[in-house]
Amino acid sequence: MADEVILLDFWPSMFGMRTRIALEEKNVKFDYREQDLWNKSPILLEMNPVHNKIPVLIHNGKPVCESLIQVEYIDEVWPGVNPLLPSDPYQRAQAKFWGDYIDKKVYASARLTWGAKGEEQEAGKKEFIEILKTLESKLGDKIYFGGETFGYVDIALIGFYSWFEAYEKFGNFSIEAECPKLIAWGKRCAERESVAKSLPDSEKIIKFVPELKKRFGIE
Amino acid sequence: MAERSDTEEVKLLGMWASPFSRRIEVALTLKGVPYEFSEQDITNKSSLLLQLNPVYKMIPVLVHNGKPISESLVILEYIDDTWRNNPILPQDPCERATARFLAKLIDQQICVAAMKVVGKVGEERDAAVEATRDLLMFLEKELVGKDFFGGRSLGFVDIVATLVAFWLMRTEDLLGVKVVPVELFPEIHRWVKNLLGNDVIKKCIPPKDEHLAYIRARMDKLNLKSA
Repeated sequence: MADEVILLDFWPSMFGMRTRIALEEKNVKFDYREQDLWNKSPILLEMNPVHNKIPVLIHNGKPVCESLIQVEYIDEVWPGVNPLLPSDPYQRAQAKFWGDYIDKKVYASARLTWGAKGEEQEAGKKEFIEILKTLESKLGDKIYFGGETFGYVDIALIGFYSWFEAYEKFGNFSIEAECPKLIAWGKRCAERESVAKSLPDSEKIIKFVPELKKRFGIE
Repeated sequence: MAERSDTEEVKLLGMWASPFSRRIEVALTLKGVPYEFSEQDITNKSSLLLQLNPVYKMIPVLVHNGKPISESLVILEYIDDTWRNNPILPQDPCERATARFLAKLIDQQICVAAMKVVGKVGEERDAAVEATRDLLMFLEKELVGKDFFGGRSLGFVDIVATLVAFWLMRTEDLLGVKVVPVELFPEIHRWVKNLLGNDVIKKCIPPKDEHLAYIRARMDKLNLKSA
């Protein structure tokens, strides 16, 4: 019996990228369906009635919402290849803690780097760099956040890497100057097939930001 | 059940009136795990707390054999992964995903909306009440035909949703606003009665009178209107 896997997604979403990567890591064939977030489809509204947000993973007709919950789900349903979470309970807890930290902290400050002006933007940039530095010290000299193998925390963060050049351009700052180890980590991850297939080009994101600003009514 | 060494040490840094701390006590008690509770003064944080949770500097922190874990939902899953008796999360991956989703809904949306009810007045409060009720409807629907969110017995979402049963609904008494009236939320009310019949819950929730006094004192301190 073949699995039917559908992903409702939006190409620049760093959250959608997590789920794409997880599915690719597990070699799961899926039907990617681009969504128009300003004209939401009936299937999106039906499958995520609580938030009406992407990504939504639909597996054999049943929806799973929230990107990190989807990553964990994918790891549980397809355990055989490329485990995404460690098997040791304490290591798992650490991974989930940092995934949750990334969820709570990165997006809000990152958004200010392109979505705000003046003092608000400067404060956003400062906070964003502080958060990246915390993550960089967590990475240390390891290849990936989990150590030798690519996993959950890397997946939680790497989507933002595709937006780094856009943050730098619109925020007028250099992430590499502040967090060189994190940039090196990003480049390593981008070489992975699952990541290369799932992240859009930085150039495409840079072109997209002005359009996004218009949509949000930001000058 | 796996072999446990005699030197196994479980310590919980918590606070008696915190829903996030109490839910950890529910989980440990459900699993029969002995633990040492260390009451923390969150207005004057101990160096131990700052050392064990440098990122957020908040309770609860579980310390197992010297290793700290923070964030209550992460701690709950750690407890379930480590002590395998009386499982808290369901086995089926889709049900697990739903449980995690509802837990997040409670902590990140319902809790925030409920705090706005407490913190606002007039029209803003009315709007906050509406927003909270809209979110609670998802919990209401989930309970149809079930004794608990976990089915026949307490599960992950029940433990997390004690925040609704014993914090949000207790605050109603003080606010003079029925955020969760029985006419709109009969299933939630039925579920609260089921919770109150459960020995672990009875043991682990803050005693009502002291709890109401504490909430009232906090509201007065923050100059919030109480009934």
